[in-house]
Amino acid sequence: MNLDFSDEQKQLRDQVRRFLKENCPPAAVRAILEGDDQYDAKLYQGLADLGVLGAAIPEEYGGVGLGHLELCVVAEELGRVLAPVPVASTVYLGAECLMQAGSEEQKQAWLPQISAGEAIGCWAINEGTGRMKPAKVALTFDGKTVSGSKAPITDGGIADFAIVLAKEGSDLSLCLVDLSGSGVSRETLDSIDPTRGQVKLTFEGTPATRIGSAGDGWHIATQIMDRAAILIGFEQLGGADRALEMGRDYALERMAFGRQIGSFQAVKHILADMYVSATLARSNCYYGAWALSSSAAELPIAAATARVSATNAFQHCAKNNIQVHGGMGFTWAFDCHLYYRRSNALALTIGSLSTWESLLIERMSAGNVEAAA
Amino acid sequence: MDFNDTPQEAEFRKEVRTWLDANAPKHLEDELKRASFGSNGLESEDPIKASKAWQKKKAEAGWACLHWPKEYGGGARSAMERVIWSQEEGPYAVLSGLFTIGHGMCGPTVMEWANEEWKERLLPPLASGEEVWCQLFSEPASGSDLAGLRTRAVKADDGSGDWIINGQKIWTSGAQNSDWGLLITRTDPDVPKHKGLTMFFLRMDSPGVKVVPIKQANGASGFNEVYFDDVRIPDDQRLGDVGNGWKVSLTTLMNERLSIGSGMSTGFPELFKFCMDMEIDGEAATADSGVRSKLAQFAVKQSGLKYTGMRAISALSKGETPGPENSIGKLVAGATMQELAMYALDLQGEAGVVWDEDSPQNGRFQAMLMRSPATRIEGGSDEILRNIIGERVLGLPGDIRVDKDVPFKEIPTSGKAKA
Ligand SMILES: Cc1cc2nc3c(=O)[nH]c(=O)nc-3n(C[C@H](O)[C@H](O)[C@H](O)COP(=O)(O)OP(=O)(O)OC[C@H]3O[C@@H](n4cnc5c(N)ncnc54)[C@H](O)[C@@H]3O)c2cc1C
Repeated sequence: MNLDFSDEQKQLRDQVRRFLKENCPPAAVRAILEGDDQYDAKLYQGLADLGVLGAAIPEEYGGVGLGHLELCVVAEELGRVLAPVPVASTVYLGAECLMQAGSEEQKQAWLPQISAGEAIGCWAINEGTGRMKPAKVALTFDGKTVSGSKAPITDGGIADFAIVLAKEGSDLSLCLVDLSGSGVSRETLDSIDPTRGQVKLTFEGTPATRIGSAGDGWHIATQIMDRAAILIGFEQLGGADRALEMGRDYALERMAFGRQIGSFQAVKHILADMYVSATLARSNCYYGAWALSSSAAELPIAAATARVSATNAFQHCAKNNIQVHGGMGFTWAFDCHLYYRRSNALALTIGSLSTWESLLIERMSAGNVEAAA
Repeated sequence: MDFNDTPQEAEFRKEVRTWLDANAPKHLEDELKRASFGSNGLESEDPIKASKAWQKKKAEAGWACLHWPKEYGGGARSAMERVIWSQEEGPYAVLSGLFTIGHGMCGPTVMEWANEEWKERLLPPLASGEEVWCQLFSEPASGSDLAGLRTRAVKADDGSGDWIINGQKIWTSGAQNSDWGLLITRTDPDVPKHKGLTMFFLRMDSPGVKVVPIKQANGASGFNEVYFDDVRIPDDQRLGDVGNGWKVSLTTLMNERLSIGSGMSTGFPELFKFCMDMEIDGEAATADSGVRSKLAQFAVKQSGLKYTGMRAISALSKGETPGPENSIGKLVAGATMQELAMYALDLQGEAGVVWDEDSPQNGRFQAMLMRSPATRIEGGSDEILRNIIGERVLGLPGDIRVDKDVPFKEIPTSGKAKA
């Protein structure tokens, strides 16, 4: 038993951290928040050149062929700096889905491009308000084309391909759609976190190919979201850790009543509780990383565990970071709101907290409780 | 990152299983499985006798105090082997509760501070459970603020070099069953409080020691008041220098946090089982979305603690030393346990108020509800643990200490007059 990353993986972390310090300062995140671009294209290309987009993609498909533990390490670093790039949509969901369920042709067509930073993907499962359920899917696939709408779709405004959950007859199938095809329209939606753009995607007879077998769509989508939940969990963990650091640093610097505010127990205890939630999340995420990298039987439980815990931690740390900062924390000029935005946006992506809580217990009921005991 | 046993670990696990299979007191298994907070579940046998018998058997086969060196009766096993042992020992570990303070706190302190002769005298019978120890630290006026203690040790005026002890300790767990006690006293009230303390150990049957059980909020009587009336302790039962007792006590307190905090259960597996068996509107409670939400939150706390422990062991086995971050174990487990017990009773509805063998799981959750407040206090309260995390892990400034440089006798204390 060894619940830690290896020295090589820690070196990779340091390397990515250095790269991001240089190439993704808070100003870069603000440029996306305040400007017209939907992502930082230069940063994204830099990540591709560094080899991290293809970290878990096999070499035969143009990837680096490292593995998922390495991808977890990268995800945590991207989360720390709130990198405004479509890695989750493209790599954790898009590439994972193609690797797990795509045909040889689909893999060949997209994986090398993903790895090179030349193709962006989006995960088009959701339709409208309320928890995502199979019965809610109205968009249709007739074997050749898809028609209907999906919203909100993260990174849908910049994506080259979409993975779409569609009704095929009375079943659900997963489809791959080249967004340069005919009958695609995109409508930008305002969101609580503009550094991860949201759109409504509408298809009218747009050419599409099926991923996996007919009727297998929900099953595959669930598996892919489990895998992505662990990687997104690492992004959340990185964000939580950084929000805690920001709060700690401010508590050391800010004086009130003639003392550093961090010497007041009320403030100290807020920060201690942030540390506790981040530590529990880290430990649960490491368990998830192991399950993901070894495709263990516990993966579904480990994924939901990591996801629930990481969502708790990031939301808890981001909101209390603002509290520790006082009025400054609520200004546009301070970065606290960037973390607050992202923590809440990530809490809602690929299924909300209550959805994952429910999944965790459903899975434990079906399997054995030992996995979490 | 790997969860599976290495080949050596698997081999060791097999060895443990084989031995347990042949030697564990199987006839007690069912009762021990019903153990709950504040009780080891034994009715068919005297719990103290059963505990001592099991400890002796383990010691004879080399399975006692796995973290101690062999020459003092320990097992000299690695951190990983200790974990494997405790995973396999299962319900029988409940029997070791009697020795927690001795093995987890007093033993390591004796090991670090006593001379060789005393170590050879004291440690092996402690490891084998023949002698039980208690920790005489807290006093009515000093719990969290331990260094504010008032029990006095004064040199006897007969030239023997002995010390004469007068004063009172409180909340002393297990004093009524103990052969030895680790005792911290004040030897100099004229210097600031941390500087005038001295540590001793003594026989609990020394003349002048009186143990009075305290009835606890949960009805049990695990802890006691202990009075010292001209109790005589020879100077060679002193640990560390005169005036250096605070430093000695830190060995005990650090080990306390490690030994209470690590591997604590929150009671989640039991709650989960209860919800699987229980119905709401004709369906398993686990099908209810509100229940699921609650359960999931308890589940991730439980697993977060479990894997935090595993990360600490991974670090230990690479030669790194675990630090103050281990304070989170008891902090999270204590609060979770209390909330979890309240929730389990909520699910029982109005019947949750009844606490007997017919209550779900023999009244485990009722027992837990009534014991869990103590978990949030003993061995460092939630607030003290948060201070430790804030100051020693996150590097925040220490609390303002108005009494730091003041001679002890000039410090105001609650209730009583100055020393
Ligand atoms: C079941 C049980 C078993 C025990 N067993 C033993 C034993 O075997 N041996 C032994 O020596 N002791 C034992 N204790 C005593 C235990 O260590 C003390 O109760 C504990 O340290 C708290 O001290 P106190 O009870 O004096 O509370 P106090 O110190 O009076 O605390 C009262 C309240 O004030 C808060 N507080 C105090 N100081 C601070 C601060 N600086 N910052 C913020 N909040 C603060 C506390 O958190 C608490 O909420 C036991 C206690 C219990 C409950």
